Amino acid sequence: MKGALWTIFRRDLALLLFGAPGRGGALLPLLFFLAVAMLYPFAVGPDARLLARTGAGVIWVAALLAAILPLDRLVEPDLEAGFFDQWALRGIAEEGVLLLRIVAHWLSFGVPLMLAAPLAAGLLNLDGAQLWTVEAGLLLGTPGLAAIGVTIAALTAGLRAGAALGGLLAIPLTVPMLIFGAGSLQPGGEGGLLLLAAASLAALAIAPFAAAGAIRAGRE
Amino acid sequence: MQPCRLAAYDLACRRGDRLLFKGVGFELHSGDALQLAGPNGIGKSSLMRILAGLLRPYNGHVEHEGTRALADERPALDPHRPLGEALAFWQSIDRAGEARADFGLEDLADVPVRYLSTGQRKRAALARLAASGARIWLLDEPLNGLDTHWGASTQAAIEAHRALGGIAVIASHQPLELSRLRTLSLLEHMP
Repeated sequence: MKGALWTIFRRDLALLLFGAPGRGGALLPLLFFLAVAMLYPFAVGPDARLLARTGAGVIWVAALLAAILPLDRLVEPDLEAGFFDQWALRGIAEEGVLLLRIVAHWLSFGVPLMLAAPLAAGLLNLDGAQLWTVEAGLLLGTPGLAAIGVTIAALTAGLRAGAALGGLLAIPLTVPMLIFGAGSLQPGGEGGLLLLAAASLAALAIAPFAAAGAIRAGRE
Repeated sequence: MQPCRLAAYDLACRRGDRLLFKGVGFELHSGDALQLAGPNGIGKSSLMRILAGLLRPYNGHVEHEGTRALADERPALDPHRPLGEALAFWQSIDRAGEARADFGLEDLADVPVRYLSTGQRKRAALARLAASGARIWLLDEPLNGLDTHWGASTQAAIEAHRALGGIAVIASHQPLELSRLRTLSLLEHMP
């Protein structure tokens, strides 16, 4: 059982990091994130003070959008190909598989975003202290975003127009992350990081069970 | 080998508002084979998924002793990976040792699954099932897309599995040439 889960995790990670034809890897959300950070100064002009004041919020919006981008390939292709049925037949619980998928998804989008954040901070003229707050926020918030992403992917897998619907569903559910994440950068907003961690933990605790329930309900 | 058993009691299946079948019951022991027959849409695949434990029956229940394996129209093999790797993924999960049955896939090990023909993909799915070491084989239209040669080989593999004390349930509208084959016609169980 342990060996089986490890095999499944390695496959998940390889698919989500490096992608496959029709299932682009980790690079696309990353480029998308940087593209948003690059476009923003073009749109509002090169006023350094304005950028420094609003830039952190832009990073959070970009991170949220980058998390939504891979939703349609998190669960749907495996459900379609019969993987989930075959795992169920072998007595491998959906909860375990989906928890691993949350971890793999986080490693393939959360960690790259944290690595790209200094570059985005440079483009948006954030200072060092702000960058550290953004990094801490991403570290605490992206696991929650990954958990919500996998849950929504499981809920919308198998639906027609599931991809578009998934994006729409994810936005309201991730609003707390956005508020706490961007709020932590305001003067005196350090409490935002704690709330971000709390929201992440809550999402992580619920997600494997909600997503597994969605997969099982989809079989009926 | 441990004896295995698959029994169904008074199964009924409802899809949407429609009752597909009711009162389906049978008991299979080591070495038995059962063919599920009936026209398209009568519920053969649904019954197969109920037997696999993937679908809850509307009524009745299923008992099984021994592991189950299902081969349906979805092969659960990564389309972009070479066939050898895609099968190795399941082997490292099942850890059942070498497959006994030969489905002529050696030459295709380096070919990505998405380039395989329908028949080759079917053979790959059957090889995955045979290599799983499961005692109860649930085969949904195993002969679809296979030529006469591989159709006969598949049936020979089923016979070999039964000879070793396994059970096979086969949903097929094609005639099967298996010894002591029992047949269950779902037409007789329409509501």
